[in-house]
Order: sequence, then C-alpha cells, then structure tokens
Amino acid sequence: MTSSDGVGVVETRTATLFDPDHPLQLARGTVLAPVEVAYETYGTLSPARDNAVFICHALTGDAHAAGYHVGDKRPGWWDNLIGPGRPLDTDRFFVVCANLLGGCQGTTGPSSIDPSTGRAYGLDFPLLDMSDFVTVHRALLRHLGIDKLLAAFGGSLGGMQVLEWALTHPEDLRNAVVIAASSRLSAQNIAFNAVAREAITRDPGFSGGQYVAEGTLPDRGLSIARMMAHITYLSEEAMADKFGRTPQLAELAPGFGADFAVESYLRHQGESFLERFDALSYLYLTRVMDYYDPFARAGATDAAAASGVRFLTASFTSDWRFSSLHSRRIVRHLEHAGIPVTYRDIETAGGHDSFLLEIEPYHATIRAYMDRALEEVR
Amino acid sequence: MTLRADLALVADLVRPGSRVLDLGCGTGSLLGHLAREKGCSGTGVEIDGDAVLVAIRSGVSVIELDMDHQLSEFADHSYDVVVLSRTLQTLHRPHVVLQEMIRIAPRVILSMPNFGYWRNRIRLARGRMPMSKELPYDWYDTPNLHHATLVDLEDLFRTVGLVALERIPLTVDGQRLRLPESTATWAAGSAVYVLGGA
Repeated sequence: MTSSDGVGVVETRTATLFDPDHPLQLARGTVLAPVEVAYETYGTLSPARDNAVFICHALTGDAHAAGYHVGDKRPGWWDNLIGPGRPLDTDRFFVVCANLLGGCQGTTGPSSIDPSTGRAYGLDFPLLDMSDFVTVHRALLRHLGIDKLLAAFGGSLGGMQVLEWALTHPEDLRNAVVIAASSRLSAQNIAFNAVAREAITRDPGFSGGQYVAEGTLPDRGLSIARMMAHITYLSEEAMADKFGRTPQLAELAPGFGADFAVESYLRHQGESFLERFDALSYLYLTRVMDYYDPFARAGATDAAAASGVRFLTASFTSDWRFSSLHSRRIVRHLEHAGIPVTYRDIETAGGHDSFLLEIEPYHATIRAYMDRALEEVR
Repeated sequence: MTLRADLALVADLVRPGSRVLDLGCGTGSLLGHLAREKGCSGTGVEIDGDAVLVAIRSGVSVIELDMDHQLSEFADHSYDVVVLSRTLQTLHRPHVVLQEMIRIAPRVILSMPNFGYWRNRIRLARGRMPMSKELPYDWYDTPNLHHATLVDLEDLFRTVGLVALERIPLTVDGQRLRLPESTATWAAGSAVYVLGGA
C-alpha cells in the first residue's frame, strides 16, 4: 500500500538543449543537433537548491515516472517510490526524470527527423555511449538551474547511467543510487540483446532502418524482442506464481495457439510495447549497454574517490538478468577505491523487475538512505 | 548515544584517522562513534536487515555479505584495522575468517565470550550447558556455533599465525576485569584482543 495519493496530474515538458550553433558533442566524436529532451518534475526545488534528485530510467522507460497524465488510468512507472510520504518524498525532495538520448518518448533519438535530410535519422543516427546520456542530462540540470544533485537514482540501464555520472562527474552528485545494474554485461546479457536486435533487423518491415519513410514497421521483430526480454526480467518463481500452467481459457485446447496463460500474457506484452516503443531506439540503447565497461578505463574511480560522492547499491536475489554478482562487482571496484558504498542484496522472488516493485525492505533502504542524505545537507 | 561498554573499549584501541572495517557492525554504532570522535572512515559488514537499516540511516556505509564466504571481496591491506565483536563464535569457519581479517588489515581487534568463565564451568559440572549474560541462548536455539575458552582461542591464534599484541579481560558486564591478569581464563566473561600478523 502506498501512503498517499501520489503527486497527482503531471505533464511532460520538452527543452531544446542543443542547437546547430551549440551542438551536442558525442563521445565517439560526432555532433548532433538539435537535441530535445522530454522531462517531468515533481515536488519543489528548495531555495538552497539542495534537494534535487535525478531519476535515470531503464531501457524502455520514459520521463513519466510518477503521477498521472490527464486521462490516464495508470500512473508513471516509478509511482510507488515517488510522491508525498513515499521514499522519494515529494514534500521534501525535488525529483526530475528525463527521457534519455536515443529514446523515443520525447527526447531526440534515431526516429527523430534529421534536419539535413528532412526524414528520420534511421541507422544514420550516431552510435551512442553511456557518457552521452550523462552529457545531455547535465545540460538539462543547467537548464533547470541545478548545480548539484542530492542524488542521481536509477535501476538497470538507469543505474548504469548513474554509475557513469558518478564516476565521470562526481562533482554533480552527493549520492549515487545504483539498483539492479551492471558495470559490464556478461556474454549471456549481450547474447539476449543480440537476439532481440536480430529479431528487429531481420523483420522485413525494418526496411534498413528507414521504416518510417517506407511506411513499414518491424512490429513482429520488436514484439518478439520484447517478449523474450520480458522473460528475462522475471524469475522462474515469479512466472510460476503468476501463471503456473494455467490455461488461457477454461481448459487447455492442444494446438499451436496461445493456449497457456503465460503465452497470452507475453503476446499482450509484445503487442502493447509496440504502442510505446521504437525499434531503432531498442537497437541503439541495448548497444550502449553492451559496450559499457567503465572500470576498464585507467583511473576509472579516481575522480569519484576524490570527490566524496557516496553510493547506495542494491541487487535482488532472484534477478538473473543482472544477478547480485553484477552489483557486487560494482561494490568491489568502489570499495577498493575507498569510495563510501552501501550495498544490500534484497531477498525477493520478483526477478530483475523487482526494482520497480514496492518491496518493504527495499523501499525502507531507500528511505533510510535518502533521509540521511537530506539530513546531511541541512 | 552512548556506546556499549565493550564497544567503547574497542573504540579506545582504534587509532585516530584509521580506516576501519567492522565485521558484524550491527547498527553501526562503533563506526559512527569512530567517525565522529576520531576522524575515522570505514565500512561495516552486517546481514541483519533491521540493523542494516539503522546503520544506513545514521550514515554508516554498510555492505551486506556473508562473512563466512565473501570476505574475499575486500582487497589485501585495504584497511588499517578490522574489528570483529562477539561474532567469531557464530561463523562457520572462524579460522578462515581470522586469516581473511589479517589479510585485509595489519591489525585485528577481536572480542569473544569466554566459555571457560567460572560460572559456565560450574553449570557444566552440574550437568547443564552454560547460560549467562554472555551466553543467553538455549543450546538448541543459539547463533553461537562454536564454544571456546580463552585458552582454546589463543591456541587458534597461534595456529593461524596471529600474535596477540594485547589482551583485555572483561567482566560479564563488559567492564575491565579488576582481578589479576592471570585469573582471566576463568574470571573473565569475555576478552578483547588486539592481534597482528606473525
């Protein structure tokens, strides 16, 4: 049960942060302009500007983390965490969430229009790096007049972005909260991403990435990618609890249709994903994850160690997409560098998606950590 | 917040400015005290969820891991001192943990209840497993997997190559024992040791 009605009705705003006169310099050397960023804010920035918390979303997330858009039945994706009285208490914290670069929910991405051609970038969109997400979100902070975050906060890919932020620009953050994340994808992780991308690019509707101009869509590929990925976000136990071998209808009718409830559920997940996600974004963003390996850089932890930034890292015992070993690797690198790091391995059956769930010890941990963080600046 | 008597004694043994690893840190009261009073930094290790939350709330960095199997996460010589308070007897492999501790830091501060305390001996002589302030559990429902006298414990130190630089016998109330040092093996409810490598 959440302790209040949440932040209420919210809307997504858009800021143009880079233009042809001031283009975005990407890590791989190319430039991009214009760059628009979709974001939402909840709560109020304090006069001392010391209570800002930045939310970095996961692979398929968006800027709408909390509250309701007009007419919506479901709240934002992290509504159980953000709101009055919740662990990220909007009576005390000013929370910002932005869609990341390369996304498809209002921030510039590969399906945005390339001003030089008048059509979607497609595969001409530059390859991105984790640090590019940080560059863009730092620009958003300047736009909002925030010099220093009380915390950057993220799960999964969002946690990876927070890690990158804290390692490369620790002066921006007092605290980095990295949940169910990884500092280096395993062969198995990359393999899952690879199959998802193959499903998309081999769909005839992909049209070499110019599907918008061609009027085709790689819907079949994108929904298969989502169905497969969704399996990896749940644990075997969670799927057994939720579906077991329950038939979709009153009883099993052997054949090749979606006879089991789990099959129907996955189909629904695949279909509904098409309404909100873009196939090119899926390619670009998963590729950023594949290549990310920050601790391989010389002196990777030097800046963070000198800055005083503190980390909270958490994993979930049933997460096999980014198992606890991934979080422990992050903790090991930070701890060896003498960086203050707190780590919890939360017992839960929910799998990777546990970071989105309201699990009491997990939320209590965030609450304790953030209460302390705020107390420290006051 | 005042520190538990035995922890206050441990705190006195930690040099100012040290980097401290507190194994079984509980609510983090020792680390919090050392940070405030002696300019120390450091990390706690704890597996009790409620205690971890209190530690986090108080600003102590705490890592949840299994001391029996995961101390390898810590690098060689990465701390100035490792503290283990009244926990060694609850671990599956105390000898391995002792070796890990001296690998992580050059100094180890360890406290341990004394099974050879005279009241324990009397209770055992009467045919019952000891129960006391130090050992408050029924034999079938106790976190204490190993019972050792101070003599047994000191044998183990020698076996794993540790040298006792200092021994402070305590009463069952955690106060310094005022009897002669030679009485410690039967008069002390517990003892605090400062250990170094051989």
